[in-house]
Amino acid sequence: MSESKARTRQEARTPGGSPVMMDDMSEEPPRPAAPRTVRRSGDTVFKALTSGSSMVIVVSIALIGIFLLVQAVPSLRANTVNFLTSTQFSTSDATNLAFGIRDLLVVTVLSSILALVLAMPVALGIALFLTHYAPRRLARPFAYVIDLLAAVPSIVYGLWGIAVLGPELEPVATWLNGNLGWIPLFADGNVSIAGGGTIFTAGVVLAIMILPIITAVTREVFTQTPRTQIEGALALGATKWEMVRTTVLPFGRSGYVAASMLGLGRALGETVAVLIILRAASSPSGLSFFDGGYTFASKIASAAAEFSQPLPTGAYIAAGLVLFLLTLVVNAIARVIAGGKVNAS
Amino acid sequence: MTTTAPEDTAVVPAFRSIGVVRKVKNWVATSLVTLAFVGALVPLVWLLYTVVSKGYEAILGANWWQKSLKGVLPEQFTGGVYHAIYGTLVQGLVCAVIAVPIGVLTAVYLVEYGENGRLARVTTFMVDILSGVPSIVAALFVFAVWISTLGFSQSALAVSFALVLLMLPVVVRSSEEMLRLVPDELREAAYALGVPKWKTIVRIVLPTALSGMVTGVMLALARVMGETAPVLVLVGYSRSINYDVTDGNMASLPLLIYTELTNPEAAGVQRVWGAALTLILVIMFFNLLASIISRFSAVPTK
Repeated sequence: MSESKARTRQEARTPGGSPVMMDDMSEEPPRPAAPRTVRRSGDTVFKALTSGSSMVIVVSIALIGIFLLVQAVPSLRANTVNFLTSTQFSTSDATNLAFGIRDLLVVTVLSSILALVLAMPVALGIALFLTHYAPRRLARPFAYVIDLLAAVPSIVYGLWGIAVLGPELEPVATWLNGNLGWIPLFADGNVSIAGGGTIFTAGVVLAIMILPIITAVTREVFTQTPRTQIEGALALGATKWEMVRTTVLPFGRSGYVAASMLGLGRALGETVAVLIILRAASSPSGLSFFDGGYTFASKIASAAAEFSQPLPTGAYIAAGLVLFLLTLVVNAIARVIAGGKVNAS
Repeated sequence: MTTTAPEDTAVVPAFRSIGVVRKVKNWVATSLVTLAFVGALVPLVWLLYTVVSKGYEAILGANWWQKSLKGVLPEQFTGGVYHAIYGTLVQGLVCAVIAVPIGVLTAVYLVEYGENGRLARVTTFMVDILSGVPSIVAALFVFAVWISTLGFSQSALAVSFALVLLMLPVVVRSSEEMLRLVPDELREAAYALGVPKWKTIVRIVLPTALSGMVTGVMLALARVMGETAPVLVLVGYSRSINYDVTDGNMASLPLLIYTELTNPEAAGVQRVWGAALTLILVIMFFNLLASIISRFSAVPTK
């Protein structure tokens, strides 16, 4: 309150200055001889309103963590197997809960990493194309077309993935399995490759889904490359590719990595596309792209209809909490790498 | 200026043509980059073609836009999805009614009052986190608070609450960006005339930034209406229309698709693709609206 009073005096004393910039100077002790001070109730109310909204956001995030934790703890205590290493997830008997996240974690990480590996080079190429290769006039409509990929709802991606793309990818999957089967990642999985209900299909679909976000953020960073550097490189006789390699890529590298991390965060939390594509498996996951099973998100969504008793529900909330922490860490890494250059929404 | 004899310097010509290796590298890079772009178009076109070719028959049906699936048997090629369209629109609308005021006021705080204070920094940080929260976690949170703790039943309102969490960061970000584009001269002119700060914001700053903010809201709306995870967790499916947001089961297009997936009949398959096409059309409509609004009214930056 006294702060706003001081600012009103400041404004009155220096009518030429910009009041917006005054806040930093409000530390100055108010002088008793200052001219007429005006305190407007409208200002007080409006400031309270806006800062109140900010607090609503801050509090709600804190509540997400607290509520998930509070509801997960009783179930974790009642759990009869190790939460981190068990491959079981049976919550049908509330008196004998046995749930572990080992398989969920494996499937989530495998599908997201595959998506990232596939999407990263393509997104880099698209971002370069849109910023430095496409004709000026077409760059905007082209960027809009890539953004359209983000406008397709995830359930439609899931439908298309299992009905159309999965069967088309089957020969590729069979070939990889047949020729590179000695690598554990391509070994026989716990579901059949036929039909395409595997992590492999899910990873490809996820890659397409995270392509627009990686591209959009990378593009934004690439366009900020200093004009002088680009022109300097060209003036020294560099070809276009040499110019890109010596100016654009070093400048945008951190932004590109951060963008990929944001994409990874999206892939980790993707729910319904994965739920539709992946086939349920009867045996534990064996670190292969041709496994089926559930990710954190799809496991929670698949059981949503059975959320009635608190203890079994708590088991899924515990899984949700792990997913929350996982995405939190990935996003935090992205922010640290980017150092404020990246703005994803 | 004396010119040296040409025999001495002309050994190395001033301009050398680009070597073959460099030319090839440049050419390879150009083709790879172009290929990446074209490659990304393949799934987009393929997906849209699939949805349109499998779904157009359904949405051309006479009842599609005007009837619900009440009393329609799984194998019958009749009925419509207007109950689901209503659900999708109304859940998005309720979400926007809650999220837009909070989001815009927060953006106003960050731009006009925050000044890098502690609350402003914490808010920016929290908005960052919120933008990374997976939709299923937002849904679980609303379930844990609204249904488990407070004891309310599943309803469309709960879905809207979860959507608010997903929509808020987008609204805050885009509004913040637009408010920062408003030139300081406008604010200073208002202050110089003795206009109070709050009135300056309400009458000068917000109207200037309005069109950009509306665009952001439309894009955010398009994004949340396609969300499936919240409706799976927070509301039951209904085959008939339910106008009541606060109580009872309510269909929405994603939920209808997910439910009809378990229907093995040919009619069910057609309904799934028809609903998918309808959902894409609804979302495209809002996207288009957003780009039209931004095209015809941009913030004057100078």
